[in-house]
Amino acid sequence: MNRYPLWKYILIAITLAIGLLYTIPNFFGEVPAVQVSPVRATLKSDDALRARVEEILKKSGIAPDGVFLDATGVKVRFEDPETQYRARDALQKALGDDYVVALNLLSRNPQWLDAIGAKPMYLGLDLRGGVHFLLQVDMKAALTKKMESFANDIRGVLREKRIQYSGVSREGQSLVVRFRDRAMRDKAVPEVEKAIPDLDLRTQDDGSEFRIAGSLKLEAQRRTQEFALQQNITTLRNRVNELGVAEPSIQQQGADRVVVQLPGVQDTAKAKDILGRTATLEVRLVEEDKMDPATLAAATSGQVPFGTEFYVERGGAPIIVKRQVILTGDRISDAQPGFDNQTSEPAVHIRLDATGARIFQQVTRENVGKRMAILLFEKGKGEVITAPVIREEIGGGRVQISGRMTTREANDVALLLRAGALAAPMEIIEERTVGPSLGADNISRGFHSMWIGFAAIAAFMIVYYRLFGVISVVALGVNLLFLIALLSMLQATLTLPGIAAIALTLGMAIDANVLINERIREELRNGNTPQAAIAAGYERAWNTILDSNVTTLIAGVALFAFGSGPIKGFAVVHCLGILTSMFSAVMVSRAMVNLIYGNRRRLESVSIGQVWRPATAE
Amino acid sequence: MEFFRIKRDIPFMRYALIFNVISIVTFVIAVGALAIRGLHLGVDFTGGTVMELKYPHPANLQQIREAVARLGFTDAAVQNFGTASDVLIRLPVKAGLTSAQLSETVMAELKKLDPNVQLQRVEFVGPQVGRELLENGALALLFVSLGIVLYLWFRFEWKFGVAAIIANLHDVVIILGFFALFQWEFSLPVLAAVLAVLGYSVNESVVVFDRVREVFRNRRYRTMPVPQVLDHAITATISRTIITHGSTQLMVLSMMIFGGEALFYFALALTIGICFGIYSSVLVACPIVMWLGISPKDLAQPEKKARPEAVV
Repeated sequence: MNRYPLWKYILIAITLAIGLLYTIPNFFGEVPAVQVSPVRATLKSDDALRARVEEILKKSGIAPDGVFLDATGVKVRFEDPETQYRARDALQKALGDDYVVALNLLSRNPQWLDAIGAKPMYLGLDLRGGVHFLLQVDMKAALTKKMESFANDIRGVLREKRIQYSGVSREGQSLVVRFRDRAMRDKAVPEVEKAIPDLDLRTQDDGSEFRIAGSLKLEAQRRTQEFALQQNITTLRNRVNELGVAEPSIQQQGADRVVVQLPGVQDTAKAKDILGRTATLEVRLVEEDKMDPATLAAATSGQVPFGTEFYVERGGAPIIVKRQVILTGDRISDAQPGFDNQTSEPAVHIRLDATGARIFQQVTRENVGKRMAILLFEKGKGEVITAPVIREEIGGGRVQISGRMTTREANDVALLLRAGALAAPMEIIEERTVGPSLGADNISRGFHSMWIGFAAIAAFMIVYYRLFGVISVVALGVNLLFLIALLSMLQATLTLPGIAAIALTLGMAIDANVLINERIREELRNGNTPQAAIAAGYERAWNTILDSNVTTLIAGVALFAFGSGPIKGFAVVHCLGILTSMFSAVMVSRAMVNLIYGNRRRLESVSIGQVWRPATAE
Repeated sequence: MEFFRIKRDIPFMRYALIFNVISIVTFVIAVGALAIRGLHLGVDFTGGTVMELKYPHPANLQQIREAVARLGFTDAAVQNFGTASDVLIRLPVKAGLTSAQLSETVMAELKKLDPNVQLQRVEFVGPQVGRELLENGALALLFVSLGIVLYLWFRFEWKFGVAAIIANLHDVVIILGFFALFQWEFSLPVLAAVLAVLGYSVNESVVVFDRVREVFRNRRYRTMPVPQVLDHAITATISRTIITHGSTQLMVLSMMIFGGEALFYFALALTIGICFGIYSSVLVACPIVMWLGISPKDLAQPEKKARPEAVV
């Protein structure tokens, strides 16, 4: 009577085999490796790169353990960390700045397992050490910036159409264009509307003044914010590349946040420094007319002439620049350090995109002999990096900045420009850094406590329930196997809360087996035959198991929905563990019981520990 | 081996009033602790910075305190953590001083004192993130409570849902009360533990209720009065309840002892939850069900139509 159809045994055997297959990769451990990946999207990671890497290693007399190519780059495995370091240095030197050469750890997983997608779980930052940042993008600043650039566009349009206006200014998040007479204003409205369809225009009359007030349409606001976020993510990606991290993760979170995770980074100060450079770059004209000593002195003490701003140049000289922005950092497509052809001074060579090139040509044509300031804004504070004189009209979008720079400074400026400016400033609102030794500690402690707990439960179950205890423990072990296999299949990130969840899930999962075993004992106590007791025990316990697991699952889902970061990991493991435990505790353990007892026609007793019968049983 | 040799149904319900008085007293103490002392919220919720440092030798806390105070953090907490050479520094959120640069400033100052100091861990949480985490935690608690009530309503009857959730929220309040009373740090993992306990100890009530339903449907017991039915259900499941909780507790205890500081409070919250879970889901939930006035009619009819597979 306690027999499973053959398909159930086969199903269990297959799931067990799959479970084992996907669990083993976690036990191979890791070997030191070096990862080479291209910095720019234009450079491909292909067989040519792989051949080049092999060539370089051969030349330096380093024997790799294996060379692999994947979508992100070329990975090379080594015997020991020493070779790894030597190889990193050799590769970095030979490949130059175009490639990120980073230290990494690779699984010792055999290739046939890799091929079927059986890979080890990914260890979270709290286990392998590393930095986690949550950055908040200042969307208000992004909108302000957009409005500033629209103000510029309006000036351009009105000038082009020869419409006289008395001023364009930004008031909060809206623009105000002022006119002296109504006719001009009415002529301007359609023109501005045509040129900048993203603005909602309203006309206002105030005594002798006629105005157009423009505010950003909701749709455009959303677009601007999305764009700012995307641009910032791209910029961060570029900056992280400069850091040489093997497997960085940069992701959007919510509408205005970015999560950056840098596993294995030990120099957190440098990471923060490079990420935290919330620099935006602007090109403006120097207000040459106001550069007389008297105005400069007044400006130093805070009296800045209208329409200009006062800055201090790198090197300490005061300078007055126009408020109007000609170009921003997002028009720069490339920047490289180099030397001036004529003077051999260190210089930065910049390439602009098409729009940038056109604007730049026009501005330089109109301002030959005047100075142009390149400003860098960090954390709301501006600094003039350099203010070179425009010697001639510059077309084609190739610009060279030189003058008063050391080679190192040229390098820095180029890097900063190349990494791209941020579309809007960002701020670190959450940081979690874990040192690598603490990470290793966390792993060993987490697993240690899990094994001890497991052993304690196993010992108790076997003593208390005898053979049924053994079956329960095997079922629990199978549950662990399934859980790890499932997590590996999903390529989930294992964190310390995740390990805690595995342990807790195991501790809770035994509940199902206790329920079943107690129920069988009870049936025996009531005088049922062993076979009937087993059948009734499993049957009756199932309803209870289902109910209790559903309530636990509700808690797990809520944790997942509202939790953040580490709590989400806990929730995922918890929920998966509940699902796997229902399968293993009920089906797998039943299959074992059926195999052992199911075929015996005249079963006298089962090994489930002592079944005590009260003397006054009903 | 058989631990539980119970001859007759234990008349739990006769003492229902006593259990409820015990519950009310612990509950009032817990609420009092929460109201008077409040939760010692971790940096996850308040915002601020936590730094974990490791020295190669026992650390001089006084010196570290002075160094931190020199930087203007007069309300920083400096304490040992685990061993004498591990130090934990907590810096509150400071207006104007936002980001993570802060930990570097502190490190630089401490390196001046002793270049061998190592930074093991930094956690910086901005104030708005902290507030969000707190709000989300509260939402999760609400969601879990509602979800459980709805499920038990659907599966049994509304009276069971209400009784189970009162019993388990009572557990949650008591865990929070413990954390407030002893001023243990309430962090994100502790919140996770509290929610896990909520889902887990409802199991207890479910197991007992399942038994109640079974008895109600059994012809033999049809004439049994409700308090006796409850007594019978509790007695029949008590061995399972204690063994299950014992097993879970073995695992949690192992986490508490061997899991290190990172898992300690998580395991502690679970321990309190498990201990009170046994008590409350049986001895608080059942009297409530009794007083809400369940009868066999509440469960017998609609269930049979809805779940034909339940018939054994």
